[in-house]
Amino acid sequence: MMSSFKSVARIIGLLAGLSLTAQASAQAPDWKKIRVAVEGNYPPFSVMSPDGKLGGFDIDIARALCVEMKAECTLVQQEWDGMIPAMNVKKFDMIVASMTITDERKKAVDFSDPYYDVPSRWVAKTGLFKDVAPASLKGKKIAVLRNSPRAKYVAENYKGVDVLEVAKETDVYLELLAGRADIGIGSSVVSGEALLKKPEGKAYQQVGPVVNIGAGSGVGIAVRKEDAVLRDKINVALKGIRANGNYKKLADKYFDFDVSGQSK
Amino acid sequence: MLHGYLPAILGGLLLTLQIAAASLCVACVLGMLGAVAKLSQSRVARVLADVYTTLIRGVPDLVLMLLTFYGGQALVNWIVQKMGGDYVDIDPFIAGTLTVGFIFGAYLTETFRGAILAVPRGQIEAGYAYGMSFARTFWQITLPQLVRHALPGFVNNWLVMVKATALVSIIGLDDMVHRAGLATAATREPFTFYGAIAIIYLLITSVSLAVLWQVEQRFSRGVRKALA
Repeated sequence: MMSSFKSVARIIGLLAGLSLTAQASAQAPDWKKIRVAVEGNYPPFSVMSPDGKLGGFDIDIARALCVEMKAECTLVQQEWDGMIPAMNVKKFDMIVASMTITDERKKAVDFSDPYYDVPSRWVAKTGLFKDVAPASLKGKKIAVLRNSPRAKYVAENYKGVDVLEVAKETDVYLELLAGRADIGIGSSVVSGEALLKKPEGKAYQQVGPVVNIGAGSGVGIAVRKEDAVLRDKINVALKGIRANGNYKKLADKYFDFDVSGQSK
Repeated sequence: MLHGYLPAILGGLLLTLQIAAASLCVACVLGMLGAVAKLSQSRVARVLADVYTTLIRGVPDLVLMLLTFYGGQALVNWIVQKMGGDYVDIDPFIAGTLTVGFIFGAYLTETFRGAILAVPRGQIEAGYAYGMSFARTFWQITLPQLVRHALPGFVNNWLVMVKATALVSIIGLDDMVHRAGLATAATREPFTFYGAIAIIYLLITSVSLAVLWQVEQRFSRGVRKALA
């Protein structure tokens, strides 16, 4: 029995050896070749066009980083579910898929510095507010998603102003439209899609600059825990594309607000 | 048509068909081996085949697929690392095909086993009595009848298998279901795209049924049917 087990092990070893020579350890850790996992279900960050090609902010950032790192990248399209386990069994080396940096995920992977962070912004009927200083909002009602970092931000900074807490982010805008609140604070992306870019949101505008409430830790690029070298390279490349203006060029293609996550 | 996503969906269809065809080959080989093993004199072969069919038929396809995809890769990585290598990439197409083929090989094992048993032993013995070799007996007497008995179960398995290929998108294959998901995300019209691929799946299975019916007619020559 033992010997038959050994011979099976030998055969498996032989097969693995054969394919290994075929692949000839393509992955020396100099990171000249990198396999990048991207998604495709999250417009405008990643989306498939009718000709089957992938595009979007994530995809553009991934390509720009590869150019900056002087690495030859293969984009691997992967379903969102199972991305982290697939990377941890080395199906690819990094994930650029709008993955928010969380403590939970940090147990399984390492993250680069944030490459974007969707800021919050105030929205209200055009002309109703000049600014969002607590004094200007006195006597008005703020709509905000309950149990959110934004709700906490409002509670701490706008003491004494009436607050209407809603159950869903999109409800913030419905309440505004219904007149049950005077001003709302929400995600810059959602407030654009759900209100400002819609016909019924024509009479509404952003009030004041976007707000980085520093609640989340942004969206990062995930790498395997043991690949600190790659993570550092990515961070250097991120600084690089920010410095040479490529980052801004790409971001401006998709967003009418600052997504860099870096406070000015 | 389909907001211009039709070519992308049809590209996915090609992959779906490739996986189905490749998996069918794997499943047929495994099914035949399994059936022969189940009917063999060797106790080891019988036990192995029993373990195979019991295990596969008792575990959901999706779970098996995830197990092979992640577990298989982890195992290969472990072996390669023990040997001093770095990693070996398992192609998702091969992984998907092997997994689907492995699963349906178990079902076909039972189909083929039943079909072999359905060929009367006396006919095989008659072949030997005429001095025909084992190979010739199998080819001219057992196989044609085996195909006839196996076909109904085989058709069923093929239909289920075509639909099971829809699972491969979770292991990173860009098949029709995956493409439809992406098109849905881009256009926010789930019904349009999932409806379209439902029709395509229905077309594949309908065409298969028509073709296999013809095959069944051919292999049933000389068999008298009861009058309806």
